[in-house]
Amino acid sequence: MDILSKINKSNLCGRGGANFSVYLKWLAVKNATNTTKYVICNAAESELLVNKDGYILSKYPEAVVDGMFLAINFLKAKEGIIYLKPEYYKKLSKQLTKLIGNRPISLFKKTGSYLCGEETTLLNDIEGKRKEPRMRPPFPTISGLWDCPTLVNNVETFYYISKIANDNYNSTHFITIAGDTKNKGTFELPLNLSINNILKNTNNFPKFNFFVQINGGASGEFLIQDNLNKKLNGTGSIIIYNTKKTNKLKLLKKIVDYFHQENCDKCVPCREGVYRIHEMLKNKNINQEVIDDLLFTMKNTSFCALGKSVSTPLNSLMNIK
Amino acid sequence: MIITIDKKKISCEDGKSVLEVARDNKIDVPALCYHPDLKIKGNCRMCLIEIKGRPGLHTSCSIKAETGMQISTATPTINKARKINLELLFGQHRVECADCLLEHKCELLRLAKIYKVNINRFKNRKAKLKTYKFGPSIEFDSSKCIDCLNCIEVCKKQEVNFFEIKKIDNINRVLPTCDKNRDCIYCGQCITHCPVGAIEAVGEFEDSQKPLAPKNKTIVFQFAPSIRASIGEEFGLAAGSIVTDQLAAAIRALGVSKVFDVSLGADFTTVEEAKELVERLSQKKNLPMFTSCCPAWVKFIEFYYPEFIPNLTTVRSPHIISGGLIKTYWAEKENINPKDIYVISVMPCTAKKHEITRPQVRIKGLNPVDHVLTTRELAHLFKKNKINLANIKGEAADSPLGEHSGAGVIYGASGGVMESALRTAYTQICGSKLSKIDFKEVRGLQGFKKANIKIKDNIVKVAVVNGMFEAKILLEELKQNPQAYDYIEFMACTGGCIGGGGQPVPVNSKTREARAKGLYSIDTKKKIRVAHDNPALKEIYKSYLTDKHIIHKICHTTFNKKKREVKI
Ligand code: SF4
Ligand code: SF4
Ligand code: SF4
Ligand code: SF4
Ligand code: FES
Repeated sequence: MDILSKINKSNLCGRGGANFSVYLKWLAVKNATNTTKYVICNAAESELLVNKDGYILSKYPEAVVDGMFLAINFLKAKEGIIYLKPEYYKKLSKQLTKLIGNRPISLFKKTGSYLCGEETTLLNDIEGKRKEPRMRPPFPTISGLWDCPTLVNNVETFYYISKIANDNYNSTHFITIAGDTKNKGTFELPLNLSINNILKNTNNFPKFNFFVQINGGASGEFLIQDNLNKKLNGTGSIIIYNTKKTNKLKLLKKIVDYFHQENCDKCVPCREGVYRIHEMLKNKNINQEVIDDLLFTMKNTSFCALGKSVSTPLNSLMNIK
Repeated sequence: MIITIDKKKISCEDGKSVLEVARDNKIDVPALCYHPDLKIKGNCRMCLIEIKGRPGLHTSCSIKAETGMQISTATPTINKARKINLELLFGQHRVECADCLLEHKCELLRLAKIYKVNINRFKNRKAKLKTYKFGPSIEFDSSKCIDCLNCIEVCKKQEVNFFEIKKIDNINRVLPTCDKNRDCIYCGQCITHCPVGAIEAVGEFEDSQKPLAPKNKTIVFQFAPSIRASIGEEFGLAAGSIVTDQLAAAIRALGVSKVFDVSLGADFTTVEEAKELVERLSQKKNLPMFTSCCPAWVKFIEFYYPEFIPNLTTVRSPHIISGGLIKTYWAEKENINPKDIYVISVMPCTAKKHEITRPQVRIKGLNPVDHVLTTRELAHLFKKNKINLANIKGEAADSPLGEHSGAGVIYGASGGVMESALRTAYTQICGSKLSKIDFKEVRGLQGFKKANIKIKDNIVKVAVVNGMFEAKILLEELKQNPQAYDYIEFMACTGGCIGGGGQPVPVNSKTREARAKGLYSIDTKKKIRVAHDNPALKEIYKSYLTDKHIIHKICHTTFNKKKREVKI
């Protein structure tokens, strides 16, 4: 069985947060007619408080590089690039370069921040363009880096691809647990565990009243204790908040500040919407009807996932009483 | 292919976006950042649609029509989102409608009505931002800018990159650059591509009335070749409608006694330029020769490529020559002190506002032209004075400065200057009566055209360029291969002056084509189609432009290397 069939059988989904079928992505790049192709490993890891990709990269760099190399060979790609968050670059570049050896893989230190985790912004960054998302279609699988078909997979995805190639994949994923808890860290756990069980199995289930934010400290959703029976998919992370000790308004403000700083200001709903919410919080003049309208248009009409996702943390946090 | 929009079956071509198909079929889909000349950006998020089978809202500008698509353009969700997005847009757009370039054409206000927008829902976050002046030509009111980025793309295409995105207080804004190695060339293409009137020509419209003010002066209007095919658009006429005589009549209705046609000036430019071309060709000196009647192009050379200054023809642009003749030849004839003449040129162009301030064009300390109005400004002036160009009875422009050849009219379209000069040079070289008039190979609106023209035993290699993107490519080619061409026409604006920065908006390739077609139709109908056969011109050469010295004074100029002029 070739690697693509194995991936298909495994049902592997991208671990960058979007959950897109890895099989379909590979297939699209494989079928793209342009003969120059690229493979990119996304190690931008820009979600706040998430460290699972960094963890994998420092613990299992061989597997990640092997996974990339499999893709390069399978797709007959010209080159592979590991797109690294500066901290990871600083910490791991020497080791990675050594590991890569004479394989056609190079390292790129990301120059921007949050939005560069988004794959088309990442491509613009490598090309030295303004760091903003690109129009889709064309999708990167057809027209990506330097307009060539490009496979962008996340660190964890490549890690599991090498596992799949060695028939060693057991439907697990990596989860960073952070926040108000003692046993913080990144854990590899079965995919089908509920959030409750993840917390219990890792010895992180708090004794106090708490709520969590899953799938990243910026765009992730907030959940109350009663809603933790679901599985975790997306950017694997759980951040625990002690209800009593957390100032929710402050937290809300922190998240909005972050988006205000990190969004690219390209499109009207996100640029203006985030600005308006930011102003309201700053001036302590909150009008729920206006916020609802803003989140509505951001969710429905933003250009990219950043703007679309702002309503997720905001609405869910505001709903926690 | 067939798609369904709002339950209506529509057949459409492959490759069109849903927005284009909708607009072709008169379905009103709002779109602010879309411009047919530019790339699709998807910034304004107004052109929203829903597509059956694909959840969520989509932008119709960025989605290609596909067979069987079922599209809705106005669901409650869409309308709600549009309303909020418009309210947000008004929160960053200072409403100064009384003095706006877009007057009655404002898309923002039209949409505000349709979507029942509360334009004051958000306090304008840009209210205090300032207005920047780019030389005597352009004004950028940053408090009106909605950050659509059209101007960034347009000016990048002009190889100037005068606008940039800067982050201030965590929010990106469009601002003019401070880089001393970049300077605006005043082409005004940013004006005609701004959806909200944030960029205007200096004077639009607060100073439009100004040229009529000087008391005790003889006020003379002269209008450029290209505007006769475009100004009608401001009065509901189709693009390309020819209104030469109505223009003359309408200007007189403003209380102006003398109206001249710059096409005569164009004939002088042609004759002088053809002479210079023949001379340079025979001496093989400073070739290829470049046209220099587009002041934006001249500024581009003076600032970015001064090494090519010797290639520019020294001949003045048409309205500068005719302005000079008005203040010399005509003044003498009419026995008026030139100091008491106030010449106003109506131009398709914002760069002309700068050109008239060039010290090199002065004659005995006097500026040949005192004021430039854009096509839009003149239209505004007519409307303000309740003159309807569409139904005024036409009158001829004043002669002798009003007569012109067909060659003088096609100046307004890309390739026109070249064709006019070739007609005359052909005769000069062949020494015989002209045997070739149409040089169709240099016509058309594509950015770059080239041809080998056989004149007697010689091949003259010519090229015609419009838009600075193509111009830069050609200049770079010339650095490698200086002998690639003998004569090149350069115009800064897309399609030449018919697409000029002072022309009516909106503009797109269809309007430009129609305007060009209008001009060529005048030429075809003219009895006299070559500049040197123009009797008015012949008469002036015979009685006034009799020696080299005076010809030089009125018809020629100089250029110089430039440092950045625009102060921010
Ligand atoms: S949604 Fe936000 S981050 Fe994305 S393109 Fe629009 S402004 Fe930029
Ligand atoms: S006038 Fe022309 S050169 Fe100047 S900013 Fe506008 S587009 Fe750029
Ligand atoms: S000035 Fe006009 S064209 Fe330029 S970004 Fe602003 S609104 Fe758009
Ligand atoms: S092409 Fe014509 S309108 Fe445009 S800048 Fe040149 S002279 Fe002016
Ligand atoms: S016109 Fe489609 S997003 Fe602006």
